[in-house]
Amino acid sequence: MSTVAHENNHHDAHHHEESFVSKYIFTQDHKMIGKQFLMTAVFMGLVAMMLSIFFRIQLAWPGEESTFLNVFLGDNWAPDGIMKENMYLGLVTIHGTIMVFFLLTGGLSGTFSNLLIPLQLGARDMASGFLNMLSYWFFFLSTLLMFASLFVYDGAVFGIQIGDASSALPDHTVWDGSGPAMSGWTIYPPLSGLPNAEQGSGLGMTLWLFSMGIFIASSLLGSLNYIVTVINLRTKGMKMTRMPLTIWAFFVTAILGVLSFPVLLSAVLLLIMDRMAGTSFYLSDIIVQGEMLANHGGSPLLYQHLFWFLGHPEVYIVLLPALGLSSEIIATNSRKPIFGYKAMIGSILAIGFLSFIVWGHHMFVTGMNPFLGSVFVFTTLLIAIPSAVKVFNYLTTLWKGSLVLTPAMMFAIGLVSTFITGGVTGIILADSALDIAIHDTYFVVAHFHIVMGMSAVFGMFGGVYHWFPKMFGRMMNMRLGYVHFWITIIGAYGVFFPMHFVGLAGAPRRYYDYTVYQEFDQGAYDMIMDLNGIVTFFAIFAAIGQILFLFNFFYSIFRGPKSPQNPWRSNTLEWTTPVEHIHGNWPGELPTVHRWPYDYSKPGADEDFIPQTVPLKKGEEEH
Amino acid sequence: MEKLIILIVLVTGVIALAQLVRVYELSSKLKKKGEHDVNDRDNHLNAKLMLGFMMFQFLGFIYLMLTYGWTGRGEAASLQGVETDWLLNLNFVIIIIVFFITNFLLFFFSYRYVRKPGVKATFFAHNNKLEAIWTVVPAIVLAVIIILGLQSWNELTSGPTKESVRIELFAKQFDWTARYSGVNGKLGKYDYKLTNEGNNPLALMTTETIESARSETEKAIDAIEKELKLAQLDHLTSGYRGLVKASAYKSHIEEAYNAATEGDFNLVEVEESYKDIYADAKGMSGHVEVEIPDPNSETQKIFDRLEEKLIVKGRILRSIVQMQQNYNSKYDAYALDDIIQTDTLYLCKGVEYEMSFRSKDVIHSAYFPHFRAQMNVVPGMPTRFKFTPSLTTEEMRKKKADPKFNFILMCNKICGTAHYKMKMMVVVLDKNEFMQWEKSKQQNTFKDTYSAGESEDLANSEN
Repeated sequence: MSTVAHENNHHDAHHHEESFVSKYIFTQDHKMIGKQFLMTAVFMGLVAMMLSIFFRIQLAWPGEESTFLNVFLGDNWAPDGIMKENMYLGLVTIHGTIMVFFLLTGGLSGTFSNLLIPLQLGARDMASGFLNMLSYWFFFLSTLLMFASLFVYDGAVFGIQIGDASSALPDHTVWDGSGPAMSGWTIYPPLSGLPNAEQGSGLGMTLWLFSMGIFIASSLLGSLNYIVTVINLRTKGMKMTRMPLTIWAFFVTAILGVLSFPVLLSAVLLLIMDRMAGTSFYLSDIIVQGEMLANHGGSPLLYQHLFWFLGHPEVYIVLLPALGLSSEIIATNSRKPIFGYKAMIGSILAIGFLSFIVWGHHMFVTGMNPFLGSVFVFTTLLIAIPSAVKVFNYLTTLWKGSLVLTPAMMFAIGLVSTFITGGVTGIILADSALDIAIHDTYFVVAHFHIVMGMSAVFGMFGGVYHWFPKMFGRMMNMRLGYVHFWITIIGAYGVFFPMHFVGLAGAPRRYYDYTVYQEFDQGAYDMIMDLNGIVTFFAIFAAIGQILFLFNFFYSIFRGPKSPQNPWRSNTLEWTTPVEHIHGNWPGELPTVHRWPYDYSKPGADEDFIPQTVPLKKGEEEH
Repeated sequence: MEKLIILIVLVTGVIALAQLVRVYELSSKLKKKGEHDVNDRDNHLNAKLMLGFMMFQFLGFIYLMLTYGWTGRGEAASLQGVETDWLLNLNFVIIIIVFFITNFLLFFFSYRYVRKPGVKATFFAHNNKLEAIWTVVPAIVLAVIIILGLQSWNELTSGPTKESVRIELFAKQFDWTARYSGVNGKLGKYDYKLTNEGNNPLALMTTETIESARSETEKAIDAIEKELKLAQLDHLTSGYRGLVKASAYKSHIEEAYNAATEGDFNLVEVEESYKDIYADAKGMSGHVEVEIPDPNSETQKIFDRLEEKLIVKGRILRSIVQMQQNYNSKYDAYALDDIIQTDTLYLCKGVEYEMSFRSKDVIHSAYFPHFRAQMNVVPGMPTRFKFTPSLTTEEMRKKKADPKFNFILMCNKICGTAHYKMKMMVVVLDKNEFMQWEKSKQQNTFKDTYSAGESEDLANSEN
């Protein structure tokens, strides 16, 4: 950094005066906040993955003693190494919640929107650094609460008594629960609305609800910030149609979040009121645990409508950032412009819009009016069109490219594959007539894990491998990255391909075991158990593979080789900043943008990439 | 010990990995390779592995398809299910074609167009014709899927016909009960407030059940009121007890307390009498100051709980009274001939069943995997669907070559601890067998079970 730069830039002036707390903890710098989100999400993702291994063990070997389970779950939840039924439901619930909200929403959008929006737009920082900081700390707080919910036992969290020890209190106190939230990640009332409906509906559920409320606040603060930044803080020459597709994806994601998360908040608040204040929003004509309630006139379906009004856009809140990241990665590493840039923007917008009018496809068999159902069939299947456009555009981008298969690129290719494989089964589930036969079976579980879970996780891994040099100024080890990729994709398909067939055999989800089938239909039972064995094998295989990533990630932060300024020879602005992080991102003036971000292998150019800051040559067309 | 061993293994593994990476990095530094540049060897190896992975994916899929396709559930056993399966198979054919083509292109391109020395990527930014093709073609295919799907959906969800036979399925944590409409073909009315675990678990509505629910609720209210008064008295005496123990008035207090617990008391009077005792006690010891303490949180909780119970019961009573006023006794006949069936659901082959669903507590879902039928059971909101069994249990056993096979109704919406055990056996009989079964049930109507069962009001039960 030159002294001139210092004088020119007041942001930079405070650079050296930071204390540990203001630099690493209560930081307002978007790059550090992005890293905070990433670290928290990696931790939470790890926890959620472990939970899935626990319940996969139960599913593959029901009733068998396992020291492994006993070591992790303890004598309360897995005496003699056999998991309790309630713990199974708790694990499933917390696994889903953490993965959807804390890893794929907080982790993916939080990390990369924070890191990339200012850097790729040529901004000094987010519009409001302070709100950005609040966003992270709200996220952190909600993480703690959700984590606490997992450790509820007999009215105590981490062994500290908060509520009444007995779960059998007949009255409607909030604190009478004695286990983690157990109603599935969608927490449908009345099961979640009545503290005595099951073991996990007390303290565990209360913590879940408060955690979610705070999480939503965090998400809203973040999203508002992203939107304002994208609209206002683009550098000179950065027209909306020159923004990288990553930014388009983050932008639309943030809009979806702002429009849909408040609806979930209201759903959560109404549920809290039903639980604590005796209201009847979701409750009507109920006798629970022998207690006759006077609540009348509420509708459990109301909750489902509110929940899925967020729940479906949420799928795209998770997916779009991953698609955005992979667009960037695929273009860079194919050394080709992304095919159909405008069509890609159009499909992001179309998906964003349509995602708001399809939520009813989660409710075909809830007793909702069948006519309403048929409207949702129509809108839902429409989403397949922009999705297909995206897939074909990715394929055409690869066509006649000069592919550099970095680990990031391979994860992006993996994403396209899982997006297709998971997407096509969506066509079956969107068809209400067919949904009846497979609704709430493992077919659904397989579908959304591949299309939303795996695609988003692949996008996230791709993002981490690709932007690691930008985050930490060092490179990750490529060979470990390759091994990690192959283990992960083989694991992913090994887990979720067979799972479709478990669903087709008629296995409902959230079942502790399938002894019911053993009694009635031996053929189906054998098939389910066979496949569950395969699934669990691959799940453990894939989970072990993640150790490579964790090792590579933390090792490279401290010991990885130093990164050059533009390791992937990429066009976008983030690679014009110095490797060392500074406040304000650019030491001198902000860069000026002269072209779109995808001038790779442009005929007539010397190099196979032309950064956005390079002015157009005389007579050169923009693209 | 085990934990220690696991820890040691983990730590050693991580150290070993770190050393390996270190060696690799040092060796590539010696070879002066840029760490950030992907070398051609790795690039080509991974490109080949992409093709290899594609084979793994395709062969794996074909293997699963051949081994497990539909064998689990077997053929659909209802007319509607056969229809669904046909459409499902058609959709599968479409998506499997798409799956193979696109995944092939993806992995083939990844292999074919890997970086080669001297070959530059083609600058190909957009092409309107191509983009139009892959917007329009999926749109047409989807239109076909939507039209076929909606046709089928409209049929599946259409209302009952005149011939439909009505059955109600009643769900609670964690079992199912079926109710047949009996000789008159009409299901009796119900209201959850009439529930009596002893003789009317399904809360059917007749003049008699309403009257009984009313008197039971009134009794329950009296009982709660008494309990509340006792609790208040108990609290009141607590302020004096310490004093009384040492005084000569002990017996007097005990007397009053006993009278109170026998129920024959008036709270105000008792309180007055205690005030007297209190004054006397004060007179005796002169300087002793005894105050009635504020109820502590435990006591207050008991008061609150009882008061809340009174409110709830009061509301329930009011609406039962209302129900009684509006009820027309001609509906009694609908309910009295209903047949209640708890263990097994018997159905007749070829009969269209109009099923209605009712939940007592939380959401359940009635899932008949072999009939391809499913509907949620929602508290406070009756739901319905219809289906026609097309194979008897015997026929299905032959088809599946499993003499022990039985149709099943399971719960498919998470409903608590024993969710996975909530099931009911379904037996499909042919017409003759079914008529025989029906006959055997004629002496077992709601009228019979109601008078046989003992009233056991849940209003009094404390969980």
